Amino acid sequence: MAQIASITLYQNDEARPVMEAILQDNPTARVLNMPGAVKIDVDDELVINRATVEEKLGSEWDPQQIHMVLISMAGNLDEDDDQIKLSWKH
Amino acid sequence: MAPTKKMGIKQKYAHLTRGLDWETTYEKMDDVFPYDKFEGIKITDWSKWEDPFRLTMDSYWKFQAEKERKLYAVIDAFAQNNGQTNISDARYVNVLKLFLTGISPEEYQAHRGFAFTGRHLRGVGPRVACQQQSLDELRHFQTQCHTISHFNKFFNGLSEFRTMHDRVFYLSVPKSFFDDARTAGPFEFMIAIGFAFEYVLTNLLFVPFMSGAAYNGDMSTVTFGFSAQSDESRHMTLGIEVIKFLLEQHPDNLPIVQEWVDKWFWRGFRLLGLVSMMMDYMLPKKVMSWKEAWEIYFVEAGGSLFKDLERYGLKMPKYHEQATEACEHISHQLYGLLYQLSHVTGLHAWMPDDEHMDWLSEKYPNTFDKYYRPRFELWKQQEAEGKRFYYNGLLQLCHTCQLPMTFTEPDDPTTTCFRESEYEGQHYHFCSDGCKDIFDREPEKYISSWLPIQQIFQGNCGGPTIPDVLAYYMFGPNDGGEYVGSEDNKLWESWKNATTKEAAE
Repeated sequence: MAQIASITLYQNDEARPVMEAILQDNPTARVLNMPGAVKIDVDDELVINRATVEEKLGSEWDPQQIHMVLISMAGNLDEDDDQIKLSWKH
Repeated sequence: MAPTKKMGIKQKYAHLTRGLDWETTYEKMDDVFPYDKFEGIKITDWSKWEDPFRLTMDSYWKFQAEKERKLYAVIDAFAQNNGQTNISDARYVNVLKLFLTGISPEEYQAHRGFAFTGRHLRGVGPRVACQQQSLDELRHFQTQCHTISHFNKFFNGLSEFRTMHDRVFYLSVPKSFFDDARTAGPFEFMIAIGFAFEYVLTNLLFVPFMSGAAYNGDMSTVTFGFSAQSDESRHMTLGIEVIKFLLEQHPDNLPIVQEWVDKWFWRGFRLLGLVSMMMDYMLPKKVMSWKEAWEIYFVEAGGSLFKDLERYGLKMPKYHEQATEACEHISHQLYGLLYQLSHVTGLHAWMPDDEHMDWLSEKYPNTFDKYYRPRFELWKQQEAEGKRFYYNGLLQLCHTCQLPMTFTEPDDPTTTCFRESEYEGQHYHFCSDGCKDIFDREPEKYISSWLPIQQIFQGNCGGPTIPDVLAYYMFGPNDGGEYVGSEDNKLWESWKNATTKEAAE
């Protein structure tokens, strides 16, 4: 069984560009919609690129703004100024 | 002077966690940090600690302030718009009662615990992370009290939550869990709360439950819940970092960490039994069953995590198969217990209606119709005959988890599981192999547990009769018992029927 890298975000307008960016950059992503929350799963590694979120949002986005819409996650996290990565790869 | 280039987050974090600390010279480091060696954990290089979020204090304050502003705007709007009248059903408020009496005080205990580790761990990286978490936990306690205080204006069972938490028999389940963690050393506390609770189990508490609040029209609770959970992601990261850090620092740490993981997984699993009951029985509109939540958040997510930790030699927690198997049963067993005891609790209980029973059959095809539906139908029949069943004895408690002895043998759901140990001539009783193992590992710790039923027998809980004990618990006369016909029920019906009532007074 693959190890699942996962992120759960608010189901709201602020989170939507982030969610769209994840779905674009992680084509095998699976989505579980819950009331108020959305869980996105990807096998092994999930990536959020600042550039893609900014393109969806139409303005600047600091990856640390993820804290405003984040509910939960799974995977080893690595975050810098351009990317957030949740991964089980070594 | 030329303007300096703005620092990136990695650089800022490095300055915070590497530049601000110093080796003490007036006092020995071992005197300044007296608690981080006695547990046997060996740390060779604290500077190897890395917080992957790299959250510095300025960003922390900025984000937390924004979260608070948003949350309080919602709480105000909810109160102003009489949000309490738009929840799915007044039965839902029981979830808030259990949460406020059983969970919110533990947020406060977590605040105290992380304040301790935030002072006493020698490395500055984990100290900063623990201090942030300590503030988060205090924020959670406060926002939960503020949010639920609005419901306290209308519904019973909420007003004396602090006293109830310290005295009431079923609330000693969460209380003893955190008492146990806070009386451990700082590393065990980090594995207990940071890793086992926050990383492995907290999703089961907050995600489906808060999603349930959203689905049942409780805008204020979903907002505090997800606002807290956004901190929780940071806590989960701390939890996974601490376990990797300990395992990477020295091979001698592995057996110690494994024992803690085994212990705190089982303790957490027992504690979350209360959440299983909330999800399967107390939410009028359901999001998912307890069993489904367990599949997603333990079997799938926990499986991925422990597979990752295999490279350090760490194994899945002991008895995890028993826990997964027990998920077919625990919510039904615990709710059945609450139904029989609700007159001595601060909660209401009721028998599920036909639609709800069918949902349970569908979600638990292997067990509900076979073992639990017949029991529930009998109780419904007794209710119809005017003989609503209440149990009037005192319960035998498990000495470790402090839940009543209600769970069944792992391979036989028709036989109650009893385990026993002898220590210094006394007998101690347990609900499971997991709880017995925990006691046997540290009997001298657990023999000093405050067990609420034993305390009643010893005369420490207000007196010998049920009314004496209920008065000591500070339960109001309408806090517990059957929901149908209760004050909460009548209030709800009056709201639903009041289509022409004049509001101004």
